[in-house]
Amino acid sequence: MNGQSVVIIGAGQGGLQAAVSLRQNGYQGAVTLVGGEPGLPYQRPPLSKAYLLDGRAEALVLRPESFFASKQVTYLPGTWAERIDRAARRVRVRGPEGEQDLPYDDLILATGTRNLRPPIDGLERAHDLRTLADAAALSAALARPRQIAVIGGGFIGLEFAAVARKLGHAVSVIEAAPRLMSRAVSAAMSRHFEEYHRALGVVLHLGVPAVHVGAQAVGLADGREVAAEFVLLAAGVRPNVELAEAAGLATGNGVIVDAALRCSDPAISALGDCASFPDPRSGRLLRLESVQAATDHARLIAARIALGAGADYAALPWFWSDQGDQKLQIAGYAGPEAEEETVAEGIVARFDSHGLAAVETVNNARIHMKARRLLASGAPVDLADLGEVIAA
Amino acid sequence: MIKVTYVAPDGTATTLEAEPGSSVMQTAVANDLDGIVGECGGAMMCATCHCYVDPAWQDRTGARSSDEEEMLEGAATEVTEASRLSCQIRLDPALDGLVVHLPEEQH
Repeated sequence: MNGQSVVIIGAGQGGLQAAVSLRQNGYQGAVTLVGGEPGLPYQRPPLSKAYLLDGRAEALVLRPESFFASKQVTYLPGTWAERIDRAARRVRVRGPEGEQDLPYDDLILATGTRNLRPPIDGLERAHDLRTLADAAALSAALARPRQIAVIGGGFIGLEFAAVARKLGHAVSVIEAAPRLMSRAVSAAMSRHFEEYHRALGVVLHLGVPAVHVGAQAVGLADGREVAAEFVLLAAGVRPNVELAEAAGLATGNGVIVDAALRCSDPAISALGDCASFPDPRSGRLLRLESVQAATDHARLIAARIALGAGADYAALPWFWSDQGDQKLQIAGYAGPEAEEETVAEGIVARFDSHGLAAVETVNNARIHMKARRLLASGAPVDLADLGEVIAA
Repeated sequence: MIKVTYVAPDGTATTLEAEPGSSVMQTAVANDLDGIVGECGGAMMCATCHCYVDPAWQDRTGARSSDEEEMLEGAATEVTEASRLSCQIRLDPALDGLVVHLPEEQH
């Protein structure tokens, strides 16, 4: 494979994993990892959790600088891809040393997402929580007691809210949907976390969107004002598809790939948060925002490029969210139309037309791991199967 | 500095220097050691930092928590009395010289 080269656009956990896995699989060609942010690739999940409490940025680094030399991976931080020339198989990038064209035999898009910015007046006053730089700024802002409003009651907004309460701030969460984490969890689990956050002293405003951010308050659509001298925007994300789109690749809610995670141009693959891939369960296009999908995608693509492995992507999704002392774990993925059944305190099963789709648990790693094993086979399972596993 | 020795399944031993307060997993990852993955970053979510504590050190590394015990059920290789998630072993001077053995695989 000498003379071959892979270029990876995006140096988040998925992009980095692709580089790691290419070398682990014995890929001998050139590997170039292009990252928009400065510094070494790092983990994002702790930014809304442990990092805000301990401030240890060094604990987030995924691989030391020595990795890139020892594994012969060219890492270009602070560098943005501007254009893909598919006919010539090269990518134009711009970094601290100016522009250059990177030739590729295989190109991997790991461009991730950016924060969704709803049409809210004065939103430029709100802070983001997406990068290490964002989290460092947030951490500094939390140094003295404040009235804080969080726009968005999803994982990141709620993880942040729990940390901010622990640090003694007054916290409100504003969520446009009628319940918390409505895209991700069952109604029963939303209720559990509603009660939990209220008990922590978080003020929840559900079912009402924010319409403006002022210097001292956030205005809601129903006319109410939520006092806030500091506002965090955590209203979801949108995939970074512009590079792919400009290159004429198929895009939709993400860069569209086939079951082998190849784009409409087979020399280009996409992974992680930016990729819209066929759900092995339903066949429908799915885009997940998770470390698990990013790294499992990366391993599959790397094995295909390095070894010619032809497997279709079939990994079981799993998710987690640490909110205060409540560890939410989800095995499997349930679509928005899934039905639900509370199996026991803190265990919710979700179903679709194929049977059991996902199991949500709180502070119950035992059942979570059992559910993962039960669902991983891909064979249809039902509530009775889950019951046996729980009883075992 | 605290020294930790990681023994691969083929017997190759690698000794690394650790910062006090960091974990056995973080030390391995920070030094690009093969055999420890630590995909979730120490959130006790993935069971890809499984190790076996050397019998001489088991008293000093302490007991597994119940969460850790449960996540270990998902480990890719056999779980024994010596099994730990290496993200849960915090290093302090009392653990200087610690020896852990690595499993065949983490996925």
